[in-house]
Amino acid sequence: MADVTFTVDGKKLTAPAGTLLIDACRTSGIEIPAFCYYPKLSMQAACRMCVVRIEKMPKLQTACTTPVTEGMVVATETDEIKQARKATIELLLGNHPLDCPVCDAGGECELQDMTFKYGAAESKYVEIKQHREEQQWSPVVYFDRPRCILCYRCVTVCGPGMDVWALGIQNRGVGAVIAPNGQDHLNCEECGMCIDLCPVGALTSGTYRYKTRPWEMNHIATICTHCGDGCKTTLGVRRVNDGMEIVRGDNRDKSGINGDFLCNKGRYAFDFANRTDRLTKPLVRQPDGNFAEVSWDHALDFAAKKLREIREAKGGQAIGVIGSNRTTNEESYLLQKFARTIVGTNNIDHHRTADYVSFAAALAGKAGRTASLRDTLTAPAILLLGNDPTNQHPALAWNLRSNVRLHRARVYVANHVEIKLRRQAKAFLQIPQDGYASLVQYLAGNDSAIAANDTTAAFRDALRKEESLLIVFGSEFRGRDIQALVDFGLSLPNTKFAALGDYANSRGAADMGVLPDMLPGYVPVSDAAHFTDEYGAPLPKTPGMDLLQMFDAAQRGDLAAMYIVGSNPVSRFGVDPAVLKNTFLIVQDMFLTETAQLADVIFPAANLYEKAGTVTNTYGDIQLVKKAADKAGVRTDFELIVRLADRMGADPKKLVPFGRGVTADMGQSRGPESGEADRHAVWLAANRLELKLSPFDPFATLDEIQRLVPSYHVSRLELLTGTEQPEKFDLVQIQPAGSRRDLVLPAEDTLFTSGTLGRFSDMMKAVVESHTTPNPAQTAAD
Amino acid sequence: MSTPQTTIFSPATAARFDRLVALYPVKRSALVPMLLYAQDEVGYISDAVVAEVAQRVGITELDVRNVLTYYSMLRTKPIGKYNVQVCTNISCMLRDGYGILEHCKKRLGIEHKGTTSDGLFSLEEVECIGACCWAPAIQINYDFYDELTPDKMDQILEDYKAGRGKETV
Ligand code: SF4
Ligand code: SF4
Ligand code: SF4
Ligand code: FES
Ligand code: FES
Repeated sequence: MADVTFTVDGKKLTAPAGTLLIDACRTSGIEIPAFCYYPKLSMQAACRMCVVRIEKMPKLQTACTTPVTEGMVVATETDEIKQARKATIELLLGNHPLDCPVCDAGGECELQDMTFKYGAAESKYVEIKQHREEQQWSPVVYFDRPRCILCYRCVTVCGPGMDVWALGIQNRGVGAVIAPNGQDHLNCEECGMCIDLCPVGALTSGTYRYKTRPWEMNHIATICTHCGDGCKTTLGVRRVNDGMEIVRGDNRDKSGINGDFLCNKGRYAFDFANRTDRLTKPLVRQPDGNFAEVSWDHALDFAAKKLREIREAKGGQAIGVIGSNRTTNEESYLLQKFARTIVGTNNIDHHRTADYVSFAAALAGKAGRTASLRDTLTAPAILLLGNDPTNQHPALAWNLRSNVRLHRARVYVANHVEIKLRRQAKAFLQIPQDGYASLVQYLAGNDSAIAANDTTAAFRDALRKEESLLIVFGSEFRGRDIQALVDFGLSLPNTKFAALGDYANSRGAADMGVLPDMLPGYVPVSDAAHFTDEYGAPLPKTPGMDLLQMFDAAQRGDLAAMYIVGSNPVSRFGVDPAVLKNTFLIVQDMFLTETAQLADVIFPAANLYEKAGTVTNTYGDIQLVKKAADKAGVRTDFELIVRLADRMGADPKKLVPFGRGVTADMGQSRGPESGEADRHAVWLAANRLELKLSPFDPFATLDEIQRLVPSYHVSRLELLTGTEQPEKFDLVQIQPAGSRRDLVLPAEDTLFTSGTLGRFSDMMKAVVESHTTPNPAQTAAD
Repeated sequence: MSTPQTTIFSPATAARFDRLVALYPVKRSALVPMLLYAQDEVGYISDAVVAEVAQRVGITELDVRNVLTYYSMLRTKPIGKYNVQVCTNISCMLRDGYGILEHCKKRLGIEHKGTTSDGLFSLEEVECIGACCWAPAIQINYDFYDELTPDKMDQILEDYKAGRGKETV
């Protein structure tokens, strides 16, 4: 839209016509106070806090509902306006309790700030305050009615924002209250968006309530451990006896790809990290069959010696390695390097949740064809095939809904079930569960591929008219079906693609070559020249066993040892424990999982919130993971792999190229800032200086990854400043895969599960229970 | 058509609802009239009414409650057979509406929003009911009585008690 010019507080501003005055001012650094207004949600004009004086208008106007116009002259902070705001605050405080000292929002409360700025020193209100007890609406949502200022932010974010509509307003006038859909409890997606948007402490979080104060926490932005969307979550952490504990997750600074959105898992399901039954000491199985806590030295020596003996006696083929889809890229990379160069085997795999190999092959050499998560918020047209983003990719679902609402995007959905996103779709096709491949054939022009009718014809016609299309597909597509889908997409003028996989770093595990037939960057194992040079060692050239073959081999007695990192294949793949009885098993995990229970050695590992590195979401956005929490006793998977390699007699310097071609800055050049190196990552990167003097520094490995995997040639500086970097898919060097075995096992996670991790989150369990057996709220809403 | 298989309403009312939702460009516009008819039939807006109305209109129960709680004529608790609504707004107040209200309280032995133990009468103080020229006025269910005096009031209550009210069905 054309720009208009107007004046605010004497400053000449320009903004596109139609921009709301409040937004235009904020963009130019003029803050207009607001309670009910929230960017990108529908207008309310309920609180009257944003009033401004506009020339030629008889009364004060609400800046949150007034679009800017040519020549408009506005004053935002006059005595008259201050007086009006003061009166508004006085009304808002009419029934507001003096709760600040105990209220969760105390210290970061918009009402508190505004009262401080505009409030009257005394109240004319003499009536007794209306009190109501706090109500628990769900395991995670509490409501303290007297604190509510009826701004309706919660109602709008839950309705148009989440498409859940679980909150409403009841009664009128002074009696008006916010009410949940279950009368005295919530029946909803438990996303907690309402809590986050509440400008006061009326809605509070079940995990954070009354635990700490905002200024007592450190706030660290890192990546969510749960699904493949890779949201940024800002964790509030505080010191406890055995490390740093996470007390809160939110993203209200809107950092990163998800803006301020987080789902139930991203916001609350960090509690597994704080559990008391976490493994914190290495365990070794004793001759009597029981585990005994042993020293790190003993456990590492024991495991390394055993692996070494087996390698020497039976060769690397007798050892299998299983990686994780929750470890960092550096760890996955290091693990495959460990397997290939130290164990000497290609027997390495992980729980695959999407066929990224076929996807990479189908798009090999094509630049600019993969979509970032951000693209789903702006693409004018989107075709969603399979998957149920509301449950499995909540951030994607949020983006699609917002895109439709804010930019009128056209979303086309084809699915075998009536997924919730059909409500936003321009067209919805319900197809048979096995009908995805035929649908693509039909879309590509084969009229007889499905039983076509008017609806399907209209669906196809509409799609073909789109000038640019974003195709998002689920793990229903694998192998040749992906090829066919991509071919169809490329026949349209302007298409981008996104393949949906599960878990925090499934994509990274595949990219990093935690696969029996592919090296990092999807280089076939038969073509390892480049790697041989860098590693200074020959690599096994024939593809190894995949995950299932490894367990078959174990059953046959052909697999003498297995090293399993951050994964629970015994439960996920239903492996019979007896299969592993003759296999020496090393497991590295947070908990005593079904797999760990069978182990001979268990190393207590840190989780993604407790380490640094990078992860790649399912769209190929590479992001930085920062260490937020800490737990005494555990070690990162990175460190554990290096230590194990070291004890097996490998040269750690070859495994992790630390100190190679990098300059270390020990602080001398920074003067007063010395000793705070960790806080100066950005400064260091900008000056091409990074501390890489330790074999446990994942960034030394990132250097190597960037040397060897062209698609990871992304800006380090941008990564370090917290901006996601799209993987360069055109640089993926892959030969079209022949016939590969299809081993994709989707996680089928819902909003309240997260693979085997889910059950270690008490919060998620509580939510699931409350949804299956509703228990009456402690204090009834009235 | 989202007519529920089983309905808590009489066939006539159910049929009326079917017609109502088809009358407006969007179904939800039928909500307020539906609630009023439902209240006439059931006596108040019960949870069952909310559930069925929500289903018929195709909105959530919460949506129904959002509207229902806004209007003071809609009630969520059962009341007596005859709802005596006494106006105490300006005109009536000036002509002793409060006197009438007090008189009713004494006669019926109940307070504002109370119901007699035999379930016959409920009493409510209300805002202007639009009968100002003949103040003081009351409304019993859908019928008006005006230019009241305590004696006249007694007579009316007696008539209703004896089944001689205007609307005594
Ligand atoms: S938690 Fe999310 S879905 Fe539930 S009421 Fe709040 S905004 Fe709505
Ligand atoms: S609960 Fe919070 S967000 Fe909702 S209306 Fe009240 S103050 Fe606003
Ligand atoms: S959408 Fe996925 S990445 Fe985002 S918060 Fe939820 S589980 Fe985490
Ligand atoms: S922010 Fe404008 S009225 Fe509330
Ligand atoms: S004031 Fe009583 S009817 Fe209008």
